[in-house]
Amino acid sequence: MTADSPLLKVEGIHTYYGKSHILHGVSLEVGHGEVVGLLGRNGVGKSTTLKAIAGLVHPSRGRVLFEREAIERLPPYRLARAGIGYVPEDRRIFRLLTVAENLRIGLNRHGVTASRKKELLDKAYGYFPVLSERRNQAGGTLSGGEQQMLAIARAMMLEPKIILLDEPTEGLMPRMVSQIREIIDVLYREGVAVLLVEQNVPLTLEASRRIYILEKGEVRHHAPAAELRADDAPIHRYMGV
Amino acid sequence: MGFLDAIPWDLLLIQTINGVVTGMILALVASGLTLIFGIMDVVNFAHGEFLMLGAYIAVLTLVATHSFWIALIVAALGTALIGAIIYLTTLRPLLGRDPLTTILATFGLSLVLQNYALWQFGPVARKIPEPFSGSIQLFYLNYPLYRLMIAALSAAIIGGFWLFLKYGTWGIWIRATTQDRIMAQAMGIPVPWVLTGVFAIGSAMAGASGVLFGPLVGVDHAMGFDWILRAFIVVVVGGMGSLGGSVLAAIFISLLEAYASLWVSPAQAGIVSFVVLIMTLLFRPTGLFVATPK
Repeated sequence: MTADSPLLKVEGIHTYYGKSHILHGVSLEVGHGEVVGLLGRNGVGKSTTLKAIAGLVHPSRGRVLFEREAIERLPPYRLARAGIGYVPEDRRIFRLLTVAENLRIGLNRHGVTASRKKELLDKAYGYFPVLSERRNQAGGTLSGGEQQMLAIARAMMLEPKIILLDEPTEGLMPRMVSQIREIIDVLYREGVAVLLVEQNVPLTLEASRRIYILEKGEVRHHAPAAELRADDAPIHRYMGV
Repeated sequence: MGFLDAIPWDLLLIQTINGVVTGMILALVASGLTLIFGIMDVVNFAHGEFLMLGAYIAVLTLVATHSFWIALIVAALGTALIGAIIYLTTLRPLLGRDPLTTILATFGLSLVLQNYALWQFGPVARKIPEPFSGSIQLFYLNYPLYRLMIAALSAAIIGGFWLFLKYGTWGIWIRATTQDRIMAQAMGIPVPWVLTGVFAIGSAMAGASGVLFGPLVGVDHAMGFDWILRAFIVVVVGGMGSLGGSVLAAIFISLLEAYASLWVSPAQAGIVSFVVLIMTLLFRPTGLFVATPK
């Protein structure tokens, strides 16, 4: 694989929920280890884009390439094992499973040795000490912020090459929001690419290298984050903020 | 204390043991049913036929091997395999449709399997001999040891399965898939295989209970039907999809029926379970033995 071919390439995908046409040919790219932001108003198809990449929604047209292979027809569990971690908007941790069991799910893959499992667990507990304290507690008893950490840590157990983060700061206290920012930096340092969907524009501009702005199921604007930090006119135009 | 003397303590004790024995078999049948419902929302009307198939497989294996234990294992494995094949060919294509579709499909399956057994084995009940005779003295009664063993074995199977659910990799996958099928997939759990596996395990539990109960009632093509109705009551009373709830409900209902038959005929005692069902549906529709709905 050449270094300049992107890790993930979405090519003109269209999706439908029943008869309503959600995505009208979305195209985007995420490079190896790159943090990319996806902005847009509510209901423009940001979450659907992530679901289509994770294999939870099958596009009726268009292609999704992951490490140059077409993946849009593969079942989601194969994609997870191939290195696509998905952290959904509502976190969706397994509420009746303990914290440790939630984490263990991603570790039970072929070719993960016992020592590697321990290493990954230790690393997660190192980044999120609160999860270590609560490892035998049911996931449903955690606070919103702790659940968000668990959802991210759980996805990290898959040793993903990319993590799809859907509104990680939604409903969190400001203190937790800055912690999410730090987590994104940790992922970046670990060489994990991130596709970040957010309503929090300042955080997204700060954390990402490039930004796509979605409107009505299409990418309307694409620019380096630095450019938008200097001139936020496109953000005002497409997001009305 | 005159009224205490009027209570037949010896009969009560015997009926308590009877109730627990029947309750454990019922629990074994109902666990498979509730597990399948919990994970794939399929109400399996053919579940009783797996019990019947298990018993027939045991009858055939006994002819060849003369070993009850080999017959029990072969029957469990055989029903697991048949369950997996039936799931893949009949139910999997229907998942996600209107629940009525799978209800009709499993009901049809039940008729097909029953009539297949009738055609293949005829209407005369076959016998599975008890693996050992022995009995213990209970007041004036020789209580067959085999009945106690049924209860112990059923408890062992359910207990083993509970440990598997709690600690096994597949067990955790099953629990995660039951809670959130979509997210389970996104976490790399091979959900299509988990669903097939659960259907096979549920079928095997029904098959094993058919073998265990065979020596008490005889094996015929309709033997599953009596059980399935009561198993459904147990599953609803215990809380749809709750394993622990089903076990408790099975013992609870069997004990009530056993006590009731001290005063009325066993056929009338069967009414008790329906009364419990109606009360549950009226006052606690999520189930008697679940703390909060999932």
